[in-house]
Amino acid sequence: MKFAVIVFPGSNCDRDMYHAVKNVLGMEADLVWHEHSNLENYDAVLLPGGFSYGDYLRSGAIASASGVMQQIRAHAEAGKPILGVCNGFQILLEAGLLPGVMLPNKHLSFMCHHEALAVANHETPFTTNYEQGKVIHLPIAHGEGNYFADDETLSALKKNNQIVFTYENNPNGSAADIAGIINSDGNVLGMMPHPERAVEKLLGSDDGIRLFQSLIENWRDAYAVNA
Amino acid sequence: MKKVTIHIMPKQGVLDPQNKAIQTSLNALGFSEVEDVQTGKLVELFVKDHAEIDKRVGDMCDKLLANPVMEDYHFEVEEAART
Repeated sequence: MKFAVIVFPGSNCDRDMYHAVKNVLGMEADLVWHEHSNLENYDAVLLPGGFSYGDYLRSGAIASASGVMQQIRAHAEAGKPILGVCNGFQILLEAGLLPGVMLPNKHLSFMCHHEALAVANHETPFTTNYEQGKVIHLPIAHGEGNYFADDETLSALKKNNQIVFTYENNPNGSAADIAGIINSDGNVLGMMPHPERAVEKLLGSDDGIRLFQSLIENWRDAYAVNA
Repeated sequence: MKKVTIHIMPKQGVLDPQNKAIQTSLNALGFSEVEDVQTGKLVELFVKDHAEIDKRVGDMCDKLLANPVMEDYHFEVEEAART
């Protein structure tokens, strides 16, 4: 399985993401500069965290208007997996690939620590290796992770089981304790916590590794049964 | 040449936590009459004359300058002297 880690000016978790899939999971992976990207030969797209374009205008807004987004949209429409973490999640929201928006954290502070999350839907291609309701620990690092959507959108997310991760002790004011959501087709996941920074015990937690393992196993089941 | 002034404000019901902080600060400075604060963005564009300028600027706001999930906008267009 081949992963593209998209790099924008200001991305700063790109190498963490690359390390996780390449060195820890042993997959093929490339760091792909947003201007030279041809995503046709990749099976999955990873949008890393950071401060793309300095968070100018709104977090993720400028990156969401970048040329690579057309290819990312095509990748999404083809049903291929896309994972956006932190700023990557904000970019997916700004691009309209996921519903809602991020507001500044309730108490205005930038937060950087481990949080307990519940796996609210373990039937997505990203979460089958977790038990339903399992509490996992992943690091968060954001100033704008306060998820907001109107009531109609929130009820649709709940009804369609699109809420994938919820905070056990909501740190930032997110509506419905949302830490991560998936699109209705089930192939685009956005989350504020960082699974790629929790793939080795040395990092304080390896709870994130199952997310990548789920993705790889489900991809093999779907595309590489006889390969 | 036209000057376009765009005002972008959070929608009603979207709580921007900095507003509360600004209000508390103003109250603490003795401006006890301040009961609410709303902050937003002001964007000025200088654009070539275009037959559909209102529609074009609306598209700019919808596609990039504002996020319609959380923000409303309005704008004014006026003549600008060429520089």
